[in-house]
Amino acid sequence: MNEAASPAKTAPVSAKQALWSRYLRRPIGIAALAVFLLVVIAGLFAPLFAPHDPNFVDFALTQAPPNSDHLMGGDSAGRDILSRLLFGARTTLYGAAVACLTGVVLGVPAGVAAGYFGGLTDRVFSWISDGVQSVPGMIVLLIVAAGTGADFTVLMVTVGAFMAPGYYRISRSKALAVRKEPYIDAARVAGLTHIKILHTHVLRAVHAPVIIQSALTAGIAMGMQTGLQFLGIGTASDPNWGQMMNDGFRTMLTHPLILLWPSAALGITIAALAFMGSTLADLVSVRTEPAPRRRRRAQQPSDETTSSTGELVHPAELSALRIENLHVTYGTPHGDKQVVRGVCLDVAPGEVLGIVGESGSGKSQTVFSALDLLPMDGRATADGIWLGGQSVGELPRAKRHALLGTQIGYVPQEPMSNLDPCYTVGHQLVEPLRAVHKLSKAKARERAREMLLRVGITDPDRVLASHPHQISGGMAQRVLIAGAVAGNPSLLVADEPTTALDVTVQAEVLELLRELQQEYQMALVIVTHNFGVVADICDRVAVMKDGRVIETGTVEQIFAHPGDPYTAELIKASQDDTASRAELDAAWTKAGRTVHT
Amino acid sequence: MIRFTLRRLLSGAILLVVVTSASFFLAHLAIGDPTAGLLGDSATPAQRAALRQQLGLNRPLLEQFWDWLSHAVRGDFGTSWRNFQPVSDQISLRVPVTLSIVVAATLLAAVVGLIVGIATGLRPSGILARVLKLASVVLFALPGFWVSLMLVMAFAIKLQWFPAVGYVPLTHSASGWLRSITLPSIALALGAIVMIAEQLRNGFLEVNNQDFVRTLRARGLSARRVTLHVLRNASPAALTVLAIMFVGLLGGAIVVEIIFNLPGIGSLTQSASQIGDIPVLLGLTVVTVVFVVVVNFLLDLVLGWVNPKVREK
Amino acid sequence: MKTDANNDTPLLDVADLVVDYRRGRTTFRALNGVSVTIGAGECVGLVGESGSGKSTLGKAILGLTEVTSGRISFAGSDITHAKGAARRRLAADLQVVFQDPYGSLDPTLTVGHILAEPLTAAGTGRAEARKAVAEMLDHVRLPADTVTRYPSEFSGGQRQRIAIARALVRRPRLIVCDEPVSALDLTTQAAVIDLFIDIQRETGVSYLFVSHDLGVVRRICHRVSVMYQGECVETGPNETITRNPAHSYTRRLLLASPVADPARQAERRRSWLGLRTATGSPVP
Repeated sequence: MNEAASPAKTAPVSAKQALWSRYLRRPIGIAALAVFLLVVIAGLFAPLFAPHDPNFVDFALTQAPPNSDHLMGGDSAGRDILSRLLFGARTTLYGAAVACLTGVVLGVPAGVAAGYFGGLTDRVFSWISDGVQSVPGMIVLLIVAAGTGADFTVLMVTVGAFMAPGYYRISRSKALAVRKEPYIDAARVAGLTHIKILHTHVLRAVHAPVIIQSALTAGIAMGMQTGLQFLGIGTASDPNWGQMMNDGFRTMLTHPLILLWPSAALGITIAALAFMGSTLADLVSVRTEPAPRRRRRAQQPSDETTSSTGELVHPAELSALRIENLHVTYGTPHGDKQVVRGVCLDVAPGEVLGIVGESGSGKSQTVFSALDLLPMDGRATADGIWLGGQSVGELPRAKRHALLGTQIGYVPQEPMSNLDPCYTVGHQLVEPLRAVHKLSKAKARERAREMLLRVGITDPDRVLASHPHQISGGMAQRVLIAGAVAGNPSLLVADEPTTALDVTVQAEVLELLRELQQEYQMALVIVTHNFGVVADICDRVAVMKDGRVIETGTVEQIFAHPGDPYTAELIKASQDDTASRAELDAAWTKAGRTVHT
Repeated sequence: MIRFTLRRLLSGAILLVVVTSASFFLAHLAIGDPTAGLLGDSATPAQRAALRQQLGLNRPLLEQFWDWLSHAVRGDFGTSWRNFQPVSDQISLRVPVTLSIVVAATLLAAVVGLIVGIATGLRPSGILARVLKLASVVLFALPGFWVSLMLVMAFAIKLQWFPAVGYVPLTHSASGWLRSITLPSIALALGAIVMIAEQLRNGFLEVNNQDFVRTLRARGLSARRVTLHVLRNASPAALTVLAIMFVGLLGGAIVVEIIFNLPGIGSLTQSASQIGDIPVLLGLTVVTVVFVVVVNFLLDLVLGWVNPKVREK
Repeated sequence: MKTDANNDTPLLDVADLVVDYRRGRTTFRALNGVSVTIGAGECVGLVGESGSGKSTLGKAILGLTEVTSGRISFAGSDITHAKGAARRRLAADLQVVFQDPYGSLDPTLTVGHILAEPLTAAGTGRAEARKAVAEMLDHVRLPADTVTRYPSEFSGGQRQRIAIARALVRRPRLIVCDEPVSALDLTTQAAVIDLFIDIQRETGVSYLFVSHDLGVVRRICHRVSVMYQGECVETGPNETITRNPAHSYTRRLLLASPVADPARQAERRRSWLGLRTATGSPVP
């Protein structure tokens, strides 16, 4: 419902094919995949590609520099490095695969079960996972290596066990998120068994994150594996990169190349996996990276006509707020999207203006632009913005922001998400009074207390000491109104101030806003979708649709004679006066049809 | 708050007992008969039987466990099976070395990660942010010992800015100590730095999109003050990563110490595991898990302070 | 067309229902002795504000939350604690439409898959399911090619139509509608409500219609129960509750919702202020 966040949202991934085809459009993704496939092929077909027997010792080759027959030279025992590297890739890949598989088998079912069933299952598995995570794996690996005669597969299974918490956490959080979705409840009501729900709905959601996690895990497992081999643990008979690095390490002062080859192989393989994982993660994640930031207040928008909509009824010098031909554009991955297309409106001191429209009409974007509080990827251009009878559109940002909290107060829509959860209510009310209005600590606190009393909170000291999660939504909205009015603004901007509230609380909050508006003689701009709210509190109204003002007028005029059919439809849709079911059914029967019962 | 603290302490203690008990049985089951490793292949069966008798290995495993546990809770981890020195003496000699590089790496990761994280969080599409993103992808996955080898090659061998190997105790020479731990700490810290910075950058992106940030701006607060609010909200994730990293660093230190030839717990763990010296291995496990429990406990306290909602869960 | 053999017993009979939620050590009584009945082909509204327990009642009927005490009977049989296979058998008669048009459809499945799921779960063959799905889409006035598309391609109102089709596809006798239009724009709301009414006339299904909006309830419900803090404070015919309520809470609820007419709203506000001074207003 939050309009401000919606323009950047992308459609969820709907098919696996789409994901892969999008993956193959990323250059980094292609490069990483190609490198990784190369390593896989090298490992699989090592016996075909390797020019020499990797274990054949030729004393003439000892620490030899590269030559045409031995492209990478020889190691300190006189073996061909290239051949050992190719065979080593097998060991590395096998180890990583064993570790990933173990991690998936241990982590994913436990995580899905914990997330889906919750309760005791969740507590037990989570405790185990946390426990495993707080054990330094290397020590346990060394204990295991000490006993098993360093069996490589057993070691990599142990590595996998230490990777399981990663899989566990990601599957659990995904399953938990899905569990809360109504479509799971709908599936239960539809008669699906738990097994079937887990299979169709939950595993599907876990699928992509597990693949991404595997890319990461494989890289880390390769690191741990080579680390162990470097320490001389693991099967010595098969060539492996860790042992080769150890060999190079011991001669690095004299023959650094011997160390460089296996290090490069390991580094490149791990990097390829990491880039594959991060490319996939980028594609799957819903969060969009911010588009490159462009100049604010850039040139006139060229792609749209600059024709303005709406009307200005007060002289600019006497207005509390005046917006002239406002355009708002969002940069999205698919090009720019205009959400406000030439809006004009104004409000006089002491007047209440309603901006009405359905979601996506651009009403919130209009007021955010007036306050210069658009999200980072939004841009606003206007012929003029006036506040308190002065043109502020061309002021530098800092000067414009100095008007916030002093001349303008802002009341948001969603009370709970508009208080900082980390600070007490008192801190959030006192901080602006001290920082912006330069009151002393004691005075600021006194003022905050006063304001809370004014907005109808009877125990201000308790509320001041509370954190936001300890108070109710209606209380939080009162706190936010108190904060908006505390700075004695001449203009109060309220963005859907009652939409998130229960209807009885809504009436209280509207009453409070009306009282404060009259008491302080503020201009009030109220954004809403509810014509009932408009009828209750507004003097004038601007109706918005698709980023344009389609109609403005006094409240009496708009309700009595809506000029635009859309306005008439919206007013009619405010259900309160519609025929009741009994009346509808009566009309239906009268028309000669029978009601099916 | 007191209840919260007590619960965390209790849960840490339980974890410690469970992990060390599991390690005890794992070590005994995995190693089986340690006398082969201790005496070498040339030992006669009679010699080995004598040693088994001497070490008390013929008793039932549960009895051995109880014996070990009842001493361990009093801080007595027994004596090494190799040289019959008290385990606690050997470990306490080496812990300062390991702690030097792990704590230095953690501090480095916290400070540099914080600076880079804030810088990129404030400019999420700047050049630094892009570089960080690439670096974080690669550096997180690359193992510390690999980075160590590269650093040694570059800075110790090619440029000769730092000693390649060796440890100078702090009591001996402060500057020597610092020089000897610089490369190992950096090698350990690099991955953690990028992870913390990336975590903070993501946190900034997420928190910046939240409604209350807009409301704070609308109250007229300066950019600096708003940033402090954002930072506090974004920090729990980064702090959690820091704590997980600490565990990883303890493990990673083992191989890094061997590369830089530092006399920390790394080489002790390696030699103890090669000959199956169970008392030393168990002592090492207890010590590292204690560190982890302490760090996690501190993390919980800090998280509870940063976001009071956490305390009430 | 299914009808009750015995028309004296209501289709759904909820008696003295109590539901407790456990939060850590404390328990919270979400429902405190609530009784509701719904006849065949009837729409009963459940009105209240957040925390009044209206959604909990719907969940309890659907078996999505534990019942502490009381009795729920459906078509004469006790379903209070129906679980497992017994609960799954009820799926043929008892369905749901949720509030959130975005969360109530799995974004990774096609609409065809979503709609066929209740049928295939009950063992219906593929071809038959496909036919039933096409019929249902027609019922909710959506084009036939909807089946191959994904939920993300539809608007909120269209998704709600899909959710209604899913609820209807097994031809149930009762649908629990949990705030099914409150997330929609006003103009879309009206169309979806009319769809609910049409479907009821065509199929004779019963609705338990949970809503916070007296205007919506007035249009669609035959009878209305008003919930407040876990209790049912008033039950009666639609016309009485939405025009002349007896209970002071219902009156306050009615007067608190602003009407889209400046003169009448001024009048209504005066009455509301009068009532508020008389009864006192607890700060929420």
